[in-house]
Amino acid sequence: MNDRTGLTLSGVTVRLGDGDTMVTALDEVDLTVAPGELVAVVGPSGAGKSTLLAVSGALTVPDQGTATVDGHDLAGMTVRQRAAYRRDHIGFVFQSGNLIPALTALEQLRLVAELSPHRAGGRNPAELLADVGMTHRAGRRPHQLSGGERQRVGIARALMGRPKLLLVDEPTAALDRARSHEVVQLLARETKEAGVATVMVTHDHDVLEHCDRVTEMIDGRLSAG
Amino acid sequence: MFLALRELRFARWRFTLMGSVVALIAVLVVLLSGLSSGLVNDGVSGLQRLPVTAFAFDDGTKLDAAFSRSVVDREQLDQWRRQPGVRDATLFGNLLVNARSSRDVPIDLAMFGVEPGSFLSPPVAEGAALGRPDGIVVSRTALDAGLRVGDTVVIDRIGARFTVIGATADQRTYGHVDVAYVPLAAWQRLHQGAGPGEALRGSASAEATAVAIQADGDLDLAAGDAAAGTTSFDRIEAYGASPGYTAETSTLQLIQAFLYAISALVVGAFFTVWTINRRAELAVLRAMGAARSYLLRDGLVQALVVLGASIGAGIVVGVGLGGLIRGSAVPFAIEAPAVLTAGVLLVVLGLAGAAVAIVRIAAVDPLTALGAQR
Repeated sequence: MNDRTGLTLSGVTVRLGDGDTMVTALDEVDLTVAPGELVAVVGPSGAGKSTLLAVSGALTVPDQGTATVDGHDLAGMTVRQRAAYRRDHIGFVFQSGNLIPALTALEQLRLVAELSPHRAGGRNPAELLADVGMTHRAGRRPHQLSGGERQRVGIARALMGRPKLLLVDEPTAALDRARSHEVVQLLARETKEAGVATVMVTHDHDVLEHCDRVTEMIDGRLSAG
Repeated sequence: MFLALRELRFARWRFTLMGSVVALIAVLVVLLSGLSSGLVNDGVSGLQRLPVTAFAFDDGTKLDAAFSRSVVDREQLDQWRRQPGVRDATLFGNLLVNARSSRDVPIDLAMFGVEPGSFLSPPVAEGAALGRPDGIVVSRTALDAGLRVGDTVVIDRIGARFTVIGATADQRTYGHVDVAYVPLAAWQRLHQGAGPGEALRGSASAEATAVAIQADGDLDLAAGDAAAGTTSFDRIEAYGASPGYTAETSTLQLIQAFLYAISALVVGAFFTVWTINRRAELAVLRAMGAARSYLLRDGLVQALVVLGASIGAGIVVGVGLGGLIRGSAVPFAIEAPAVLTAGVLLVVLGLAGAAVAIVRIAAVDPLTALGAQR
């Protein structure tokens, strides 16, 4: 595996809070995800899964260790550079989609292009929406979509900027079994097609069959699941 | 702009509700501004039109009664003429009278006694200039009240008769009363209360209300006062001597100041709630890498669009209503600079109120987009 690509976490430690209330959210975590690979992170609540996403997604800087995406050390960036890096190279899929209420499905994707000052290199919103099977709902706003449809739009939105890394936070939390399988299958397919390194945090053991690798996080430590 | 305009459309009823409040405030501000301008015109346009730098009243005169109480004489005039910086000075008489025209129109007049041919002598748009001993030149507005050039006007009680020989092109009123320019000699008779045929008291022919001073550049009012034994006020200060002027204008200014403050607070409160409502969405946008500057700009554009549209609509309605009022007895004047200033002030203050709320956008933590805390 070429270590200039995908996600590499090595020796990442994150402590939250201070003094008596300080907890070690991540404890010397090592994780490598190659392009085109879908890795699931499972574990109980409070185990540090969200912090893992935050560090990988340049939202939190680790206290120790390094986090690199596509060979770029995230810790060495300013707040502004990290925001730009997220925008240009990292895709997020949030719980229940977390779409913008005022925008239609198609506009959710167009917004990604709007956020970028140099609007080249992104994917075509209409084509991408067709890719996730949402063309017939392109003009609907989030409150007019079902949970599964929202997640499809959320996945498409995350892929708009051709990210190197896709971070997925509990995508099936609000979905029934059948929809959960559909959404994770879609994630697995897009991971392969787009050649993106994908980390999915989940509680849902049903959907792990679609993942290339499963790791388990307990008390801030990561182990092969 | 992409997000701002779509959110405006999406939440149009909420924005319309808030915008309506701002629009109504704008209507009120325009009407009050028109009323202010109207009152100023009614109260002091006669003084505004006088080409005077300052008025010198009798020593110790209080401003609020200056034009009704003060008496100055020619000696004081001569002293003022000798002051450095004074280009010209002349006696000015001011007296409010009740009168009746030959057509039996009762009319109140502010009799401005001026020397015919002096710099106070008014330009006329109709009829003849001041000069005839019993000829008066009246404000345009006196014609609206029913006077005509050629009419005879009889002053109540005194019985003095004057002929309207001319009228000015513009409104010249003082203390809500139409101005009539009268030769100073005739004014002095009126001031003493001398009827037809009555003899004038010896000193009365040297008296007037104030010395009107026209200056070039620097004028030392204190030095002139000391030399002439007078108390002087510049022209703007002298407006305060018009009956009721200070009370009227300060009341309206107070109301307008409150409206500006209310408008800024309403807008600030709305955008505070609105921004708090958007927190989850803003966290997602920040996590997606939207720059703070992008989101701040977007928020301000949104506020500017709402403010511009609602204040614009309010001004249109206000000016429309003002047109209806102008036909009535209420003193009302829509003046473009005053209305535009009010509109710009509303927008700027509203934007300031919104900005206080919108800067909170910068404090939204993108981390809150992760996890289940919603």
